[in-house]
Amino acid sequence: MPEIRNLTMNFGPQHPAAHGVLRLILEMDGEVIERADPHIGLLHRGTEKLAENKPYNQSIGYMDRLDYVSMMCNEHAYVLAIEKLLQIAPPVRAQYIRVMFDEVTRILNHLMWLGAHGLDIGAMTMFLYCFREREDLMDCYEAVSGTRMHATYYRPGGVYRDLPEMMPQYEVSKWRSEKEVKKLNENRSGSLLDFLQDFVDRFPACVDEYETLLTDNRIWKQRTVDIGIVTPERALELGFTGPMLRGSGVVWDLRKKQPYEIYRDLDFDVPVGTNGDCYDRYLVRVEEMRQSAKIIGQCINWLKANPGPVILEDPKLVAPDRESMKGDMESLIHHFKLFTEGYCVPEGEAYAAVEHPKGEFGIYLVSDGANKPYRVKARASGFAHLSAMNEMVQGHMLSDVVAVIGTMDIVFGEVDR
Amino acid sequence: MSKKNKVLLAILADTLGERLVCSSDALREVTIEILSNDLLSIMRLLKETETLQFHQLIDISAVDYLDYGKGDWQTHSASSDGFSRGVGSTRLSDNTEDSRRFCVVYHLLSVEHNFRLRVKCYLSEQSPRLDSVAGIWAVADWYEREAFDLFGILFDNHPDLRRILTDYGFIGHPFRKDFPLEGYVEVRYDPEKGRVVNQPVSIEPRTLVPKVIREEDWLHSSKPQSEVEDA
Repeated sequence: MPEIRNLTMNFGPQHPAAHGVLRLILEMDGEVIERADPHIGLLHRGTEKLAENKPYNQSIGYMDRLDYVSMMCNEHAYVLAIEKLLQIAPPVRAQYIRVMFDEVTRILNHLMWLGAHGLDIGAMTMFLYCFREREDLMDCYEAVSGTRMHATYYRPGGVYRDLPEMMPQYEVSKWRSEKEVKKLNENRSGSLLDFLQDFVDRFPACVDEYETLLTDNRIWKQRTVDIGIVTPERALELGFTGPMLRGSGVVWDLRKKQPYEIYRDLDFDVPVGTNGDCYDRYLVRVEEMRQSAKIIGQCINWLKANPGPVILEDPKLVAPDRESMKGDMESLIHHFKLFTEGYCVPEGEAYAAVEHPKGEFGIYLVSDGANKPYRVKARASGFAHLSAMNEMVQGHMLSDVVAVIGTMDIVFGEVDR
Repeated sequence: MSKKNKVLLAILADTLGERLVCSSDALREVTIEILSNDLLSIMRLLKETETLQFHQLIDISAVDYLDYGKGDWQTHSASSDGFSRGVGSTRLSDNTEDSRRFCVVYHLLSVEHNFRLRVKCYLSEQSPRLDSVAGIWAVADWYEREAFDLFGILFDNHPDLRRILTDYGFIGHPFRKDFPLEGYVEVRYDPEKGRVVNQPVSIEPRTLVPKVIREEDWLHSSKPQSEVEDA
């Protein structure tokens, strides 16, 4: 009788299916997982400590880099926390712009997730399809903020600037002929809102395309149905939020239950699953993309009809525009003070949470009345989800670990902070 | 004060009675403070009481109150040399009460009743330890490991209190206020030894913007956030 013992396997941190820098120590009996011990922190950058050593506005950019596939949503929570402490509310137009970009971000995030999740468990085409649509949304980010990813667009008191009247155009080059460029620029002739409207109109058909490839696909179902089942009670105890919680059948969405900005005026549905397995979470996220497109459509209509300011006109909080700074002494002083010292936030503490594409993303801010936050704590949904890894993969096969990592929608920027 | 928070505060006062050190409703968020000895029993109550049902632990975060309310730049100490920027590498005097140096902050959420609650528990500098709530909410496991790793707070009866975010073999608790921002050691690859080595940091501490505390009165001129009831 040969001696049989468990095998300990090291998974990651450079494994492509580990979605970044996850190191998993797997204890296996044959191919069945007995225990999984995730080692995290390989991407720990001390964001919270850095933010505690900078004036408030200088940390907005750090928030982008937490969950680096849903940038503006992270900013949103941080900016909301500051606004809560300052007791201010941005202009309504800014709120609509924020909501619109939150939903753009949700689609961006879910497309990235769908592509990577598909790729992990054998659906190569998904990745290519998803990135095709992601490109358009990235262009929206670029048009509005100048960067394709780390936007730093939301500011306390509103958003940095109004939506552009023109979309950036493709230019003829060695690689792109005139005919090609003309075709690419077709839907870019109008403003950003026109471009987004065009996107929202054709996006549901794109989601249909993804669904034809996956939803009834035999292989896809074999890999996801009944994998990583979490009961609703357990999901709550494990701190699940967002699609992970809804996949288990708990109807909980901050946009509906504790609405922030103007979500209460919008019409959308919250999809929930029934079995709490990977397949249900997939269905929930796909439906969320459709709902996001619906929300964006409503925001576009409102924004087209209602021009107005997008940031508070408070010189102590918001930098004056360039023109007045050049001609007006007061504005110059305000500008100087804002950029050398920042603004002081009244003493107190606040927790602001948003329905981030991955779950509840919250910022707990403690201020002692200084120009820098005393304590910033980012509540990242991925951290809580990953802590349930051991429980979710026990008794599953090694290949299912990849499916579970995929379904959690892990991004290490936010897990490690 | 919103109606919902009033209800929550009333229920809390009812259930916890004298064990409630203090409670407040600021910025439409309910905060209660409790003693570390009562932590476990209170947390159980909060989760199991029918009228509260805090089934979700959203977050645990530690706060180090060492430098609270101390600015770098004391503008009243002007002299013939002008203002001092006051941001040397030396530490300011530590005058925080030892018994309230650390605070562990729990954020709870009740999905059933749509309540949010913040529970604060102060700990002394000498013995920053309290009971683990990992037996009540499974997610606390990692949150407590994080608080232990970054702040050195010890959780009794935690199933597996290891470091989580910092490197293997890391020394110190980096998010404490007396831990310098640039740290103590840096790593580099040593081609002679053929491995990664630790060495003292070579970067100089530098403060670009000093911490200033000002009483701002302009805030009240901006329009207040509309008081909206949560649905």
